[in-house]
Amino acid sequence: MRHDHLITSKQLSRGDIETVLDYAAEIDDDPSAVADRHAGTLLGLLFFEPSTRTKMSFETAMKRLGGDVVDMGSVESSSVTKGETLADTVRVIEGYTDALVLRHPKQGAATMASEFVDVPLVNAGDGAGHHPTQTMLDLYTIRENAGLDDLTIGIMGDLKYGRTVHSLAYALTNFDTRQHFISPESLQLPREVVYDLHQRQDGTGIKEHDSLEDVLPSLDVLYVTRIQRERFPDENEYQKVAGEYQIDGDTLEAASDDLTVMHPLPRVDEIAPEIDETDHAAYFEQAHNGVPVRMALLDLLLSDDKGIGGGTDE
Amino acid sequence: MSNDHDHHDGNDAHELRVSKIRDGTVIDHVHGGQALNVLAILGIDGSNGEEVSVGMNVPSDRLARKDIVKVEGRELSQDEVDVLSLIAPDATINIVRDYDVVEKHRVERPDVVEGVLSCPNAGCITTGDEPVTSRFSVLEDGVRCSYCETIVRDEIAALIDT
Repeated sequence: MRHDHLITSKQLSRGDIETVLDYAAEIDDDPSAVADRHAGTLLGLLFFEPSTRTKMSFETAMKRLGGDVVDMGSVESSSVTKGETLADTVRVIEGYTDALVLRHPKQGAATMASEFVDVPLVNAGDGAGHHPTQTMLDLYTIRENAGLDDLTIGIMGDLKYGRTVHSLAYALTNFDTRQHFISPESLQLPREVVYDLHQRQDGTGIKEHDSLEDVLPSLDVLYVTRIQRERFPDENEYQKVAGEYQIDGDTLEAASDDLTVMHPLPRVDEIAPEIDETDHAAYFEQAHNGVPVRMALLDLLLSDDKGIGGGTDE
Repeated sequence: MSNDHDHHDGNDAHELRVSKIRDGTVIDHVHGGQALNVLAILGIDGSNGEEVSVGMNVPSDRLARKDIVKVEGRELSQDEVDVLSLIAPDATINIVRDYDVVEKHRVERPDVVEGVLSCPNAGCITTGDEPVTSRFSVLEDGVRCSYCETIVRDEIAALIDT
């Protein structure tokens, strides 16, 4: 199966993922080999929500492929303030560009937008829904540090609204993984996601917890996300749980020496700075991996001779 | 053939509470308490003078308690039957012409329903002003928004976009 748009990690088979990760590794080894591959190509960046890392890494990736970007700027300065629909915006900008990257606060925005355009459209985050390119760089980082099979991963923090978590969890079901989800009860995975995970992986590899303590020693990877204070209607409720989901040197005494700690960033206080200099920390490497991974994805989506997909396992 | 077709339920007395119709549709074996939702799906609120008979919570061998809706002068479209199937999966549709049942079939749940339900997720792109038709895939025990992926198992009738 060949994909013209990248909307969700659900659409990717193991073969698709390996194609992207292998190609990203090639690019990582020798970026100059693809430096001119997309000279003259324009990528449209449509970010309806603030973003620093994702937007800049797409911009860097496109420029490192020899192409360029056009950017609609902030929402406040765009035609959105005049009441233009997303459907109209993407139809206009597709006429200027060769591909689109969309971030939008509404769930399903990328799915809907893809129905209105012919150029490849990449979902860079749709509300609490999906963030598949973050997932690809997460998988790349996990593969580099711990491998993707026979993997035990803990995913901790705001699992309810965390689109990076949902996308990663779906993608990991393509591999031999055991996933432990650790969160306060109020921020558990949405039931839709749990339903999907059980459909995709018979449920035996999926477990939910409210404490890290019990599972930490068994983990190869701990993926931490921010507990978002603004999600709690009551500050006291936030204070009750926030401290339990922070990682410091003392916390990791019970962990394997090989534990890899990841975070999609930005972090606030979920991971103490003292972890940064340890062998556990992979979050800055994870952010840097966004460029080769997005270079690989863009090249695969923009090249007639490539495309994502074509694997034999879907 | 009479349109009092549920004789094998042995509830003639109850059936007779609902008058026969000459031409139209009898929706039978609706789960007890769902008749008003059936009318909502069909856009019937009585304001247009439609002639409708409703029996609610009458005994039934198959469902223990069932509702029955008889609509005079109207044969349901397949789209209407598809949506009906979401809240009345065991319903039987009887098309009546000149007091005879000329067609009788069970509803079948479709794979997808479009343009008839509104997504309950306020964060879904379909709840804004976009030019998009709502689309839900039909699960064994509910429906799922094709855009934001929210699953609704209960209160599907409340999502009907009337």
